[in-house]
Amino acid sequence: MNMNMIDFFEALFQYEFLQKALFTSVMVGVICGIVGCFIILRGMSLMGDAISHAVLPGVAISYMLGISFFFGAVITGVLTAIGIGYVSQNSRIKHDMAIGIMFTSMFAVGIVIITLMKSSADLYHILFGNVLAVRMSDMWITVGIGVLVIGLVTLFYKELLVSTFDPTMAQSYGLPNKWIHYALMVVLTMVTVASLQTVGIVLVVAMLITPAATAYLLTNRLSVMIYLSAFFGIIASVFGLYFSFIYNLASGATIVLVSAFMFAMAFFFSPSQGLVWKALKARKNRAELMR
Amino acid sequence: MKYALEIERLFVSYLGNQVVKDITFSVKKGSLVGIIGPNGAGKSTLMKAALNLISKDKGDIKIFGEPLKKWKKNIAYVPQRSDIDWDFPITVIDVVLLGTYPKLGLFKRPSRSDREWAQECLKTVGMENFSGRQIGELSGGQQQRVFLARALAQKAELFFLDEPFVGIDVASEETIINILRDLKKEGKTILVVHHDLGKAESYFDHLLLLNQHMIHYGASEEVLQPEVITKAYANQFSFLQPKGVNVTS
Repeated sequence: MNMNMIDFFEALFQYEFLQKALFTSVMVGVICGIVGCFIILRGMSLMGDAISHAVLPGVAISYMLGISFFFGAVITGVLTAIGIGYVSQNSRIKHDMAIGIMFTSMFAVGIVIITLMKSSADLYHILFGNVLAVRMSDMWITVGIGVLVIGLVTLFYKELLVSTFDPTMAQSYGLPNKWIHYALMVVLTMVTVASLQTVGIVLVVAMLITPAATAYLLTNRLSVMIYLSAFFGIIASVFGLYFSFIYNLASGATIVLVSAFMFAMAFFFSPSQGLVWKALKARKNRAELMR
Repeated sequence: MKYALEIERLFVSYLGNQVVKDITFSVKKGSLVGIIGPNGAGKSTLMKAALNLISKDKGDIKIFGEPLKKWKKNIAYVPQRSDIDWDFPITVIDVVLLGTYPKLGLFKRPSRSDREWAQECLKTVGMENFSGRQIGELSGGQQQRVFLARALAQKAELFFLDEPFVGIDVASEETIINILRDLKKEGKTILVVHHDLGKAESYFDHLLLLNQHMIHYGASEEVLQPEVITKAYANQFSFLQPKGVNVTS
């Protein structure tokens, strides 16, 4: 283990690609952690999954046209969000049904386009990430998205809090809930783009939900939850990248597994919500009554 | 004189069905008005439409003779308890602080004096010792008091409360009605969706009796006449049972 650690640090100093990989993963961990808090508190976990998958055709088309992933992804992501809303509001189709239909269709379109382009290696990397091949331009896109996300959340923290906790009150004093929703959808597609390289489309949703859910179990304040979630995102990225490098595993998978492990720890041992403490307390209470 | 709230010929549909039909009434400044009627009468729908929270089919709403838009920030709304996610990571004091948001403006965070004011509002509802608690840890009555404190923190002119007395303890109910009476004395205008006919007369000075159509609007004792009430509750014999029966449950 220790040898591995030393190897990892040596490689980190030696290879620029690894530095870029680490920096990008950490950025992605932070961004996903922050945005994830709002996604889970708004009950939009499934929506997060949908949007992240639905960017695939956009990514493929951008690739074909030789432009940045960014534009194609945002367009198809937002179109999907609008499509889901349109279908569920104009028929008896429920929201979750609409999500299931729209995102799988978009995903399928993406797979067809990429297959027609005869580039299955790229498909694999888009789906599962290839953090060690992060280019300088990808890194800058990630940094840009990170600055945007942190800036928006800082500026509109108050509005995000009230529209997430009590949308009716927010609306009653004049906040544009609908626009906040769509802005969040746009941010979500950007986050997906930023995460393409590190965890890939399939697992982005894990980075959005798992660190935020872990933080959710540990605090009663949204502001603290956001910091904790970003912190867990960083830890997952750093250790995930480490395991990926040492054992030659797909970085997306190792990053997600580290965050899943942290979630499991919080789930069982969180001071206020942990199952273990709850069970022990219940047992103690029962024992006292038996006396 | 100008009315605090004027609603003229309001029609509202919910999921394609028209549930509020041709409602016209005006509320004088400084009154405490109860909106009563059987389940599905459109009470909450009427309140939400009056605040433009749901779209209306037709109708005109004026606040102090002006369009609603101008007064939005001066209207405090207390939602039904079932509309709130009680597991949300937010503490009691932070809920009350939300009341200061409407008048803070964009990019501004609550200041120290806002926090002190929120704490004062918590004291008014007798919840000052709970400020650090997560809201889900409170009882139903305590939660309702916290939301009333949030409304107070808003320094509003109009207060709209949707079923504030559902599922709460007697002491909290007493606290809340006393605060509403104090607000009335200060000249504030208060509308409450309510369904316990037994206490309606002692709580409110005016009542709006509703069953999709407007049955009657007037002084409480005038509305609570058996021949008026039966028009709204024609199919609900439970009303004929003795005092204070909860008709909608």
